[in-house]
Amino acid sequence: MLEMILFASIKVVVVVAAVLTGCAYSTLLERKVVGHMQHRMGPNTAGPYGLLTPLADGLKLIFKEEIKPANIEPITYMLAPMISFVPAILTFAVIPFGKDNTFFGHDFTLVLSDLNVGVLFVFAVTSLGIYGIVLAGWSSGSKYSIMGAVRSSAQMISYEVGYGLSIVGVLIIANTLSLRELVELQMLPLWGTVSFLPNWFIFSQPLGFILFLTCAIAETNRAPFDMPEAESELVAGYHTEYSSMKFSMFFIAEYANMIAVSAVGATIFLGGWHGPFLDTMPMLSVLYFVLKVFCFMFFYIWLRATFPRFRYDQLMAFGWKVLFPLALLNTIVTAFFVIL
Amino acid sequence: MDMFQIVLDELSARPVFWFLSIIMLVSGFMVVTLKNIFHSAIYLILCLFSVAGIFILLEAEFLAAAQVLIYVGAVAILMIFAIMLSTNVSGKKTMTTQNGLPVAIISAVFALGTIALVIMTKLNIVMRGSDGFISKGLWIGEKGQLPTENIMLIGKYLMTEYMLPFEVISVLLLASMIGAIALARNERS
Repeated sequence: MLEMILFASIKVVVVVAAVLTGCAYSTLLERKVVGHMQHRMGPNTAGPYGLLTPLADGLKLIFKEEIKPANIEPITYMLAPMISFVPAILTFAVIPFGKDNTFFGHDFTLVLSDLNVGVLFVFAVTSLGIYGIVLAGWSSGSKYSIMGAVRSSAQMISYEVGYGLSIVGVLIIANTLSLRELVELQMLPLWGTVSFLPNWFIFSQPLGFILFLTCAIAETNRAPFDMPEAESELVAGYHTEYSSMKFSMFFIAEYANMIAVSAVGATIFLGGWHGPFLDTMPMLSVLYFVLKVFCFMFFYIWLRATFPRFRYDQLMAFGWKVLFPLALLNTIVTAFFVIL
Repeated sequence: MDMFQIVLDELSARPVFWFLSIIMLVSGFMVVTLKNIFHSAIYLILCLFSVAGIFILLEAEFLAAAQVLIYVGAVAILMIFAIMLSTNVSGKKTMTTQNGLPVAIISAVFALGTIALVIMTKLNIVMRGSDGFISKGLWIGEKGQLPTENIMLIGKYLMTEYMLPFEVISVLLLASMIGAIALARNERS
């Protein structure tokens, strides 16, 4: 019993530390990649290749003076950054990040908690992320903040529908809500016959994957869907009135959300930790998982460097008139084929 | 999962139940008494969350996840959205009133009575078993144990035994949605 609690605690600490480090270095990755895409160097002063930049940024933000506007709601104002941060971290509670393993003679499952409603848990937790933004916008008592919050709640409600529906096709095929079982299903040969390709759901659900990707980007408020903080229109949107560490918590939450959504996408559509040579070296599975998440993150940054921001009405119309019907169509067609 | 079960059953089921219930009742009370409607909405979210917690305590993970996903993640956020929009338009803070108190009491008694009746007769749940805590009585599965395949059973029963109520609720929701759209359209023109 004690041993189990100890192991669980170790896993939690390792996962949270890994995610936070991932957040910090995603900022560096983003600045570097965008820099190279725009023929610049990106940050390169702190440490070799600018590798210490996230550390320097973090230290700087901690020691900044915290400015509190006069007409805020103090408790909500203080809680909002935490509320936006916690759901992002919670997602990792159910994501399997590696093949079951043995360390020092102990069996070790590389997932924090294997819920049998894992997929639902992920979506429930993702839908909470919006509260941080709404409460921040409302409690700041500023026009820009509340505009950002209103925009973001409308956007996230709209895209959550498509986000949820886009994976229903996968769930119909897989007939399970457990993320572990989803990964195990994807280890089989494709459609049970093609032996050289794995049964990743990206092959049987290409439309579902594209819809998931689009909605995921909108859900995490990233370019080209970064309405809530459109700096040219809203100063900074919901976090206009935040400074110092509270401001950086919103930033960490944004990146943690990106990593979380990438991890979910990798697990549901790209086979999770599945890859070649796992029988001889099971620890490779963690590497495969991280690589897949990295691909998603790179895609995020690539999009940001490529596309201009949508106009707000275009964004809403796109969500409801294109993504939503397509997701419904995908669900119906998949259900039809499964019944056949 | 096993560890979770052990911890719940042997160490903390009762305190957790009381903790969640107290949060639920207090926040529910706050929802109807507070003047600031935005605060009411926030307490409503807390209340819905503790209901999800009680679902988890009853080993109904699907219901808990659905509760958070639908009520906390969608319904409550729509309310907050509406509140933010209306305060923005009118320029002054929206406040709650308690004018409809008699009607509210009647409808609350009616709703509670219906729920109690259903629990007593249809589902045969004995609220207090020999172990002193909520007994794991008959829900839909075998007597004396909770069904493990929650989702499967819910899906199956929704599509067979409870088909008609399910469809009636769908039609009701559709009607209210169309009604809302019609009202909003009339206002504009």
